[in-house]
Amino acid sequence: MFNDIFLFVTFIAVLIAMAFPLGNYMAKVFYGENEKLGKLFLPIEKLIYRFAGVNENKEMNWRQYAVALILFNVLGTVLVFIVQLTQQLLPFNPQNFESVGTWYLALNTAISFMTNTNWQAYSGESSLSYFTQMIGLTVQNFLSAATGCAVAVAFIRGLTRKTTNLIGNFWHDLVRCTVRILLPISILLTIVFVQQGVVQNLDAYQTVQTAQGTEQTIAMGPVASQEAIKMLGTNGGGFFNANSAHPFENPTPLTNFVQMLAIFVVPLGLVFMFGIMTENKKQGFAIAGAMIILFVMMLGINYYSELNGNPMIAQMNIGEPTSMEGKEVRFGLGASSLFTTVTTAASCGAVNNMHDSLTPLGGFVPLLQMMLGEIVFGGAGAGFYGMMVYVMITVFIVGLMVGRTPEYLGKKIEAREMKWVMIALLIPSVTILLFSAIASVVDAGLAGLNNDGPHGLSEILYGFTSAAANNGSAFAGLTANTVFYDLMLGIAMLLGRFGVIIPMLAVAGSMAEKKTAPISLGTFETTSITFMVLLVGIILIVGALTFLPALSLGPIVEHVLMLQGITF
Amino acid sequence: MNAQKNSLDTKIITAAIGDSFKKLHPAVQIKSPVMFIVYIGAILTTYIAIREAISSTQSIFLVSQISVWLWFTVLFANFAEAIAEGRGKAQAQSLRTTRSHTQAKKLVNEAWQLVDGDTLRKGDVLLVEAGSLIPSDGEIIEGMATVDESAVTGESAPVIRESGGDKSSVTGGTRVLSDWIKVKVTANPGETFLDRMISLVEGAKRQKTPNEIALTILLVSLSIIFLVAVVTIEPFAIYSGTTIPVTMLMALLVCLIPTTIGGLLSSIGIAGMDRLLKRNVLAMSGRAVEAAGDVNVLLLDKTGTITLGNRMATEFIPAVGVSEEEMADIAQLSSLADETPEGRSVVVLAKERYGLRERDLNALHAEFVPFTAQTRMSGVNMENLQIRKGSVDAIEKYTKEKGGSLPADVRQASERIAKSGGTPLVVAKGEKVLGTIHLKDIVKGGIKERFRELRQMGIKTVMITGDNPLTAAAIAAEAGVDDFLAEATPEAKLKMIRDYQERGMLVAMTGDGTNDAPALAQADVGVAMNSGTQAAKEAGNMVDLDSNPTKLIEIVEIGKQLLMTRGSLTTFSIANDVAKYFAIIPAMFVSTYPALGVFNIMQLATPDSAILSAVIFNALIIIGLIPLALKGVKYKPVGAATILRQNLFIYGLGGLVVPFIGIKIIDMILVALNIVG
Repeated sequence: MFNDIFLFVTFIAVLIAMAFPLGNYMAKVFYGENEKLGKLFLPIEKLIYRFAGVNENKEMNWRQYAVALILFNVLGTVLVFIVQLTQQLLPFNPQNFESVGTWYLALNTAISFMTNTNWQAYSGESSLSYFTQMIGLTVQNFLSAATGCAVAVAFIRGLTRKTTNLIGNFWHDLVRCTVRILLPISILLTIVFVQQGVVQNLDAYQTVQTAQGTEQTIAMGPVASQEAIKMLGTNGGGFFNANSAHPFENPTPLTNFVQMLAIFVVPLGLVFMFGIMTENKKQGFAIAGAMIILFVMMLGINYYSELNGNPMIAQMNIGEPTSMEGKEVRFGLGASSLFTTVTTAASCGAVNNMHDSLTPLGGFVPLLQMMLGEIVFGGAGAGFYGMMVYVMITVFIVGLMVGRTPEYLGKKIEAREMKWVMIALLIPSVTILLFSAIASVVDAGLAGLNNDGPHGLSEILYGFTSAAANNGSAFAGLTANTVFYDLMLGIAMLLGRFGVIIPMLAVAGSMAEKKTAPISLGTFETTSITFMVLLVGIILIVGALTFLPALSLGPIVEHVLMLQGITF
Repeated sequence: MNAQKNSLDTKIITAAIGDSFKKLHPAVQIKSPVMFIVYIGAILTTYIAIREAISSTQSIFLVSQISVWLWFTVLFANFAEAIAEGRGKAQAQSLRTTRSHTQAKKLVNEAWQLVDGDTLRKGDVLLVEAGSLIPSDGEIIEGMATVDESAVTGESAPVIRESGGDKSSVTGGTRVLSDWIKVKVTANPGETFLDRMISLVEGAKRQKTPNEIALTILLVSLSIIFLVAVVTIEPFAIYSGTTIPVTMLMALLVCLIPTTIGGLLSSIGIAGMDRLLKRNVLAMSGRAVEAAGDVNVLLLDKTGTITLGNRMATEFIPAVGVSEEEMADIAQLSSLADETPEGRSVVVLAKERYGLRERDLNALHAEFVPFTAQTRMSGVNMENLQIRKGSVDAIEKYTKEKGGSLPADVRQASERIAKSGGTPLVVAKGEKVLGTIHLKDIVKGGIKERFRELRQMGIKTVMITGDNPLTAAAIAAEAGVDDFLAEATPEAKLKMIRDYQERGMLVAMTGDGTNDAPALAQADVGVAMNSGTQAAKEAGNMVDLDSNPTKLIEIVEIGKQLLMTRGSLTTFSIANDVAKYFAIIPAMFVSTYPALGVFNIMQLATPDSAILSAVIFNALIIIGLIPLALKGVKYKPVGAATILRQNLFIYGLGGLVVPFIGIKIIDMILVALNIVG
């Protein structure tokens, strides 16, 4: 236990130490001029702009920004869709995989990678060629992360600019994020992973003789390069079906540690960047502080629940810990618990243990984190603008209490912003609840369940929550590759992604048009501890009130029943 | 007076109860979306209760109880609104009686003709004589009269109105007490000040204010989320092998949606306007009241707001070789007949500081020499003694003519006084200069503290004055304002307001003259003095019937109070939901999963009593909070952080805890009364 706590503390400390300089660097990348960095990267970027035929210098209003973003993402989806269906005709297919089984699976996967969800209804090593993995999925891993960051960057412009309707240029933000941030760090990570034993080749699968004398096929592939961006871009789509529990994806405790860091570093870096851009670093610290409070709470519940395990097993005099089912022995309880909390706090969705096998309350934590919209660090960019939804609601309710029209960073929050913010809150929540409700009563939905009782309900809830929150991790009890689930989950992913991006871009546009009032003693402070606590409070209350009925019939009742000796 | 007030209150309450039922009309209900959901729920549960009563043998006790309490919830919210409107309506009623049946003497073809007051149009010229009501708003074009404006202002002391200058406007419904005036009508029927006032106090044209709209969006969105959360319970329940009766779902929904704030929202707004009205301020729109809470900068006229209207003598500084007593004696003599406030203050100072009593000028055979613009001096001539007081230049000239001169020390003293923001008055007896009187602008008592409070509220104060920068700076420093605008012209004022607005600040100001009109219109909160011109009143978005410029500070507080009340009740409403979940969720599912009984932490007697208690609490809390909605959350001029901490403690923490206690108590009563078994 002491080792685990030491791991948690070290993790948070190293994370902050790395995210802070990254935030500084990102501020220069997105808002700075092309000093030294420009000389290095600008030629590559210019090439991309000219090749794509876009003008990276013309600023856009929020509608133009949104249109560019949507068109770009639609194009990406179509490409991934076609690549999957034609992979048998394309190179780098040593296993001679046929075209992906069905159109709806291909569509689900295409949407999944475009929306940064990386929900995997397919099994990587037994259906996708290296070409599909590299050109289809890995490319989207970069671009979906860059899209999320671009929205965050544009949102910050909206908050910090005055009396303009322009919030930046999508191409500029997208390309700079990819070329100057994601690519260099990914290259670095790939090298580390390869050194630690993650495979990186284009060979055919190898068949070996095992010690027991049977034959085993060992899957190969360009894993390390995909692994890097899978984490850094909070994508989470594993090269192999077993994801980061597979020894070729995540071989050592060190790679495990680095992978968790890679998930959080960009989201937290963006928060620090926000502080720098508002010319008051404390604004960033306050948001980061609220995130850390929530993270520690969630990790605490998950770890405590896993540590206590299942009382029924404990009675059988089995050596502790009792909840090692679904966990890798090379990581142990602490690193598994931390990984679970990290991957669902962010919208990553990579897993190094099977969430279906978590204790009921242990499984409640990832579920709740995703339901809240993944705002604890969150996805690359998505975490920041998702958190801003709650920040604006908090500022609005609490700001009124000090007797002024609520202001954030000197900008008034009025009906127009409130409308968009509430839409951004509504769409994912309603999607999760309605879609899960449908799946829990129709035959097509029930057909996919491996367990009955509350645990089955948790599996359905988890699936749609993971999709709408663009997480992509699976509870694994759900057989999701059916027409019903592929399409329903696909729609949920789209709603969860663009149902937040578009409203938040609208808020950015609307905020940019406002004047900025100077801060006075009468202004509600958004840098204080009080604000941090209030933000956490509003997140928990709004989230709990929305999902409590559903959760109480899923993990909560399952937990209570487990204590009484009933499991599912 | 008290008895009258009580009977008025009873009358308002009786009327409000009647109105609560009238407001059950769907067209009224739909205006408040949150309450509309409760309304639908009430209808739905009533229908279910009737259907069950006819067609099934099951007990309809719970459903009928819930239905009754949902109707109460709607009625209580209606009552809150009706009672807030009540006071205004009563006032409007008394205003209406003033307006009716006025006759007017109108100038038609060079002759006065008696016409009905309602037929008057803009531009008509009227003659109003002593004893008659002024039939419409207008400008006096000839004459001067004392006017009783108590019908509009409630102030019984008559005021003087005369043609030309800043006191030329008259209001329809007021009465001329003496003399006569010729009035040019400035408003068409239905547009007069009185008409507007009636529609304002009645709330007939009440529109939702910007912040109210934003808050409504938040409340409606939360309601939609809760609606989905409740609707999806049914399929989840079906999955879990049970069904939940619609009545129970409806009860949960009504408990979760923010009915407390939803039911009180409009009364908070009306009450805010009403609080202003009680202080004799008429806001032309709710938007202006809200803006008042947001004000960052107050522009205050120096004279009348920061300083007492007039300068006062504070010190006698004798010239070298003159005793203070002699100087005081002569200064007093010079001012005995001077009826200007400055003159009076010299006499007062001589009496207070040197014990000199007033003397009878007639007995001294003195002749008063009044101030003229040419001489810029005043004084008295006695048998062989000529006393003068006046500005430094004037006295210097006067003594030179007599063969004297202005001593250097007197000049220095005068310069010193000017530098400190005062006005020097030099006194001379014959050719001899005796010394200088220090006339000073007297900053109103307590105003410095008010400004300090404002600073703590984060509001900047700016003094506007026609004085030169030197004088202005000195008074500004003494009064403790943050900034000042000296030698202010209407253009300079307007520019200053625009500059502040450009920097994202909201500006409030008061004004009365026609030349204030552009600035009043530009300011976010422009309070026109009722004594001011028609143009000023048109330009501002509030009118202060008492014409008291200091009231701006109170207006800001009322605006803040309004927003705070909304925020606090919203917080309270949302925080309440936690306890309601603890009451209802276990009750709902306990038959399927008895294990969930552990969450019945309030130990409510039965599932039925738990649900009913929550619904009853939800209805009663609206009634319980009506006084707060009407009075507003208490406002103290302290910084935002302190206010927040207090309100969070009371309404946030209170909102979490109170319903646990309330629901438990109601449950105990229900059990004690044997209502639920």
